[in-house]
Amino acid sequence: MTANGWGTALDQKPESLRRRYLALVMSVSVLLFASYADAFGTRRLVVPVAAPCPVGDVVQSMRTLPGGDRLPVRPLVAINQAYAALDSIVQPNDEVALIPPVAGG
Amino acid sequence: MTPPHAAPAPRSRTPAPAGLLHSAVTTEPIDVARLISVAQASGIGALSVFLGTVRDLNDGRPVLGMAYEAYEAMAQRELAAVAGEVCDVTPGLRVAIEHRIGTLGIGEVSVAIVAAHAHRGPALEGARAIIESLKQRVPIWKCEHYVDGERAWVDPTKPATGAG
Repeated sequence: MTANGWGTALDQKPESLRRRYLALVMSVSVLLFASYADAFGTRRLVVPVAAPCPVGDVVQSMRTLPGGDRLPVRPLVAINQAYAALDSIVQPNDEVALIPPVAGG
Repeated sequence: MTPPHAAPAPRSRTPAPAGLLHSAVTTEPIDVARLISVAQASGIGALSVFLGTVRDLNDGRPVLGMAYEAYEAMAQRELAAVAGEVCDVTPGLRVAIEHRIGTLGIGEVSVAIVAAHAHRGPALEGARAIIESLKQRVPIWKCEHYVDGERAWVDPTKPATGAG
């Protein structure tokens, strides 16, 4: 994904612009479990998003990926192993997880 | 010589500390007797034991077994939080709890909650409150393996699927 259209041919940009671009994007690692892991065919996805951004934007980016159509409208999410609202801000290095409907017991 | 009817050495009359004593998400079979011994203490008059087990039928469909999966780090935290919150509102309640993950056969214990109290009311209500909250919050999932070879993740938000 490209932010602000700067993502193409980034190597050819002047160093100052390149640094500014890299400061605007981050790669969020998203943990997937159970039916969501089946949907995406993986247990971990790396999603590039603007930095920082609401975790809901991470979810929106994931909808464009194969299997993303199987996510519910408002999936449960966790940031750093605690439930979080979709408007919670994700920081670089946060541990994000999508939580399918839980079924313990 | 000690007379045969002599009382055993008096135990401490200090009330045992209450609260969450043990909480774990484990791949090992759950030792219920050990959880009971953890919760047992001087002053306890009632122990309520809740066991969740793997059913052989779900919605009338024969089940071979169940695979439990967890977001393990968060599940450990949520399990302890759920039990701890019930202890916080139930003075004197002593709790030991384990949830098993991995592949389980029919009839095996998937979750065990021991809630101990001086009286039966808080012991029974405590175990009930913990299992209900656990089912709402703790990030654990179960995949049923059916006799016909199919498998499906149990989704309690879908009304047709019963939750164990």
